[in-house]
Amino acid sequence: MLIKPEPSLEDLRYIVAKAGLDADRLLKAYRQMCLIRSFEELIADRYYIGKTPQFNMAAGPIRGEMHLAVGQEAVAVGVCSLLEGGDVVVSTHRPHHHALAKGVDPKKLAAEIFGKATGLCRGKGGHMHLFDATNRFACSGIVGASFPQAAGAAFAFQKLGQRNVGVAFGGEGAANHGTFAETLNMAGLFNLPLIIVIEDNFFADSTPKWAAVSTVHHFQRGLSFNVPSYLVDGMDFIDVYRAAKEAVGRARNGMGPALIEAVCYRYRGHFEGDAEEYRTREELERWRALDPILRLGERLKRLGWADEATLNRLRDEAHREAEEAIRFAETSPLPEPQEALTGVFR
Amino acid sequence: MRKLRGIAFAIAEAIDQEMARNDRIIVLGEDVTYWGAVFGFTMGLFNKYGRDRVVDTPITEQTFMGMAVGAASVGMHPVVSLMFVDFCGAGFDQMFNHMAKNHYMSGGQFPMPVTVITAIGGGYGDAAQHSQVLYGLFAHLPGFKVVVPTTAYDAKGLTITALRDQNPVIIFGHKLLTGLPFLPFEGEEEDVPEEPYTVEFGKAAVRREGRDLTIIAAGLMVPRSLKAAELLAREGISAEVIDLRTLVPLDEATLVESARKTGRVLIVDEDYLSYGMTGEVAFRVQAGALGSLKAPIQRLAVPDVPIPFSEPLESTVIPSVQRIYEAARSLVGAGAAA
Repeated sequence: MLIKPEPSLEDLRYIVAKAGLDADRLLKAYRQMCLIRSFEELIADRYYIGKTPQFNMAAGPIRGEMHLAVGQEAVAVGVCSLLEGGDVVVSTHRPHHHALAKGVDPKKLAAEIFGKATGLCRGKGGHMHLFDATNRFACSGIVGASFPQAAGAAFAFQKLGQRNVGVAFGGEGAANHGTFAETLNMAGLFNLPLIIVIEDNFFADSTPKWAAVSTVHHFQRGLSFNVPSYLVDGMDFIDVYRAAKEAVGRARNGMGPALIEAVCYRYRGHFEGDAEEYRTREELERWRALDPILRLGERLKRLGWADEATLNRLRDEAHREAEEAIRFAETSPLPEPQEALTGVFR
Repeated sequence: MRKLRGIAFAIAEAIDQEMARNDRIIVLGEDVTYWGAVFGFTMGLFNKYGRDRVVDTPITEQTFMGMAVGAASVGMHPVVSLMFVDFCGAGFDQMFNHMAKNHYMSGGQFPMPVTVITAIGGGYGDAAQHSQVLYGLFAHLPGFKVVVPTTAYDAKGLTITALRDQNPVIIFGHKLLTGLPFLPFEGEEEDVPEEPYTVEFGKAAVRREGRDLTIIAAGLMVPRSLKAAELLAREGISAEVIDLRTLVPLDEATLVESARKTGRVLIVDEDYLSYGMTGEVAFRVQAGALGSLKAPIQRLAVPDVPIPFSEPLESTVIPSVQRIYEAARSLVGAGAAA
């Protein structure tokens, strides 16, 4: 709908089968996207505790900046549902959806966002600095930092002869950073098992894409480095999945890197508290009609693989899981102050 | 004259007035239009001067810092916003190997009138990559003037001085002194003239006079030291509080004079402890006032760990009023016992 016409039922069946998707996989993806949506909305809800009527970033149970990914669920799930435990994901300042899609425990994730001792990083990292060695997930609050780190993991897999891939997520703003071009060059040069995913949500903080990009799309840049590059509808799980399947499959089989540019939209501000002067309500409403969760739900119904009751049940289950994670975080203890002084060196 | 709350508007007004006076000034950086560089340092400039002179850049620190170097070399005066000082890493080569050195390396041929404005500091839960101070890094490198305004009056006057300086100047504005509504504010409202004025670099300000010890600080640590001085006064301890205002150039004379008077010096810093501002200031103070010191110079800074996220951890590492008070009290006690 966004980039490609909505397929007829016959074509949809063909596309789904060709991508290796079935009812199970699609229902699982639907639930996963619902989990992310609920998780982000519950974090938003708790974030504003103590921050109203006067918004004060330092107040309430979750302090500091908060970047949520509501609307971008299909990109995370579409790519990460193709990954194995040993594959590496390096994410950004907007990392929760990638973390959940990579299999990070929602409880430990929530606890870290609340700065609790039970969090992924014992409260030291916080929302932009989430690390989970078990699930091979990391992220950074510095724009453009993900590309070379995922390339490094891919480089290591190649050296070690392991059939794993590195995945770097970045926004379209990050794709203007030098690390993007430098990493594409290295990835193409060394034929690294690397997938770079650009979540093109049109705004780098407040800066619209037209004011910051000399081309129309970033996938064009990947092509110039001889890196196979895809432009996909980031509001469509199936479209993301089928490009990612090709990219991940090729990388895993020693056939080198790929770039996936997923055009998508964030329904919330760049950060919570953003006044969003840079976009219109009408634009936001237009994109709401392309909600990736609604679209996948509609397709599941068209395919006859779910009815409204099934979708409701999956949404409720996912919501309860997110609520449990938040409750775990809220009832967990804060770290001891002296923890601050430990852990610089091993 | 009117009251201003915080340094952000004062800095933006200074840039505005100098832009009106000097059409060679342009503003470059991320989110400098709609968001006024996020922390308000360029607020209002986009409405007045438009995109021709207030330019949103892509997220490309290395390149926009390098472009500032190139533009300055042919007669522009770029004002560059580095949104958070923590992002300096992404543009550091252009800053420390070029912006700071080209004038010197070229035997004085290449002027470098660049003003970098950046946001520093923690205390609101933004964790290890968005809470640092790092002015020590820049002060360490020959070629940068390092400005750390604490008050609105100073912020405006120091910014105008920077914009009339032919050298790279970096202005480090603490987020909790900006006066913006979405952050805690630890400064005070104060009278600031509407007309342009300058505040000279290299002149520290004695914010409070005292007899028993000297507390030397910069940025957010100044109001915290002043609050600690009030607590000390209730116990009959008279603390002098000095605001450095600029780290480069450093006003050694005022520091040494105060140290000679009080005999005890506590240096308070929100930057990392080791190899930083506290060590440098301590060295210079002892070199000028050793004979007058009644106790070893003490310092309080972020112990050598990154800034952790969780509140009890963050407040353990960033010097608080209470810990400044305790360190001062123990310094005076130690001196008396000696």
